[in-house]
Amino acid sequence: MLDLLRFGSDGWGDEIARGAGMTLAVAILAYLIGILAGSGVAAAKLSGPAPVRWLAAAYTTIVRGVPALLVIWLLFFGGSGLINWVAGLFGYGGRVDLSAFAVGVAAVGIVSAAYAAEVIRGAVKAVPKGQLEAARALGMGRFLILRRILVPQALRYALPGLGNVWQMTLKDTTLVSVVSLAELMRQAYLGMQSTRQPFLFYVTAAILYMIMTTCSEALFRALSRRAERGVRRTVTN
Amino acid sequence: MNIDMILTSLPGLLSGAWVTVQLVVLSLSLGFVLALFVAFGRLSSNRAVSGVTGVYVFLFRSTPLLVQIFLIYYGLGQFAAIRESFLWPVLREAYWCAILALTLNTAAYTGEIMRGGIQAIPFGQIEAARALGMSRLMLYRRIVLPQALRTILPAYGNEMIQMVQATSLASAITLIELTGAARTIASRSFQPVEMFVIAGAIYLTMTFAITQGVRWAEKRTAAG
Repeated sequence: MLDLLRFGSDGWGDEIARGAGMTLAVAILAYLIGILAGSGVAAAKLSGPAPVRWLAAAYTTIVRGVPALLVIWLLFFGGSGLINWVAGLFGYGGRVDLSAFAVGVAAVGIVSAAYAAEVIRGAVKAVPKGQLEAARALGMGRFLILRRILVPQALRYALPGLGNVWQMTLKDTTLVSVVSLAELMRQAYLGMQSTRQPFLFYVTAAILYMIMTTCSEALFRALSRRAERGVRRTVTN
Repeated sequence: MNIDMILTSLPGLLSGAWVTVQLVVLSLSLGFVLALFVAFGRLSSNRAVSGVTGVYVFLFRSTPLLVQIFLIYYGLGQFAAIRESFLWPVLREAYWCAILALTLNTAAYTGEIMRGGIQAIPFGQIEAARALGMSRLMLYRRIVLPQALRTILPAYGNEMIQMVQATSLASAITLIELTGAARTIASRSFQPVEMFVIAGAIYLTMTFAITQGVRWAEKRTAAG
């Protein structure tokens, strides 16, 4: 039974491996979008003008209150329409079609950003105000304060939460299989259909996901340790 | 927006929402009971018991829910022993497979939340209860569980909201719950986006109800 997972033309090993690669590609891209957009949304929530703050609050509330799968379907059915409408505004008359990859990365990224925004907002608020006041008193500019004082400290508070967001983002990529993107779940499904061995293929997929989540958890733990290297321990033994 | 079309699609969406509510309520209540066993299993001084529950929690938290659903729905049917067993009439149905997967999944997460809540109780209270001669059962019923449940309320509220969203994955195994209903109607209509917007509003209503319920429960059980 296991030789079904051989690499090459007579086995599913290479298809599964390519699927796992696609899963990682979608997860990493969506996570980067999540961190970047999430930082922007957090900044908007913390210090934007009132209408921007409301928009940001609406975004995080809505996206965190509906299933990720619904966001994927919405983009799948409505994304091209939206883009064509925007393209039309700029005088482009042709049709733009979104690939399953673009839909998947965008949808998972939109969800990831909403959760990342909450984590980042909490972390920024956890940095003591006195630090920022002291930096301003020393005559540091806004950008310098951001780079030297705020980001390094907020990052330490944010890391555990951002680790959770990554785990969630990685698991959310499985949902993209519904729009037939050839990631791990989709490849396992195709393998199951042609061989009638569902258990084998889904256990293989489960083990690969387990490896990905466990390795990335260890990575985030190492990052946390590194970010905390200058922090005095309260309990000594 | 075409009001007529929305009105004709509303019954379909609402019957999907009803299936979603069933999935949420059934798997949350079954999962809650199972989570109690998981939490006590994890805290057990018996190495075998804490080891087995530890593995269970690890397996279900380190893999995506969709894999768990497919493994139960498609995977189990591969084995003749299961197809011929008394469980088959249940495991053949997408509905019960979804409930089984959702229950096992939420029990793993909730069990860990409960374990944290139980461990947060100051040990002096347990010593005091023992000194008063309370039996184990009464210790848990009067001292440990009431306080643990109060501590875990916010975290469990989040888990409930996650579960509402998780039920949408049941549409991947042919179940027409809210997301499945929206998708089915959307693929037939010329206004797909509206369907997902309405479905999203229904999900938000459920999320809001849970948030309010948890806030009410927190206020009612607040210490002092």
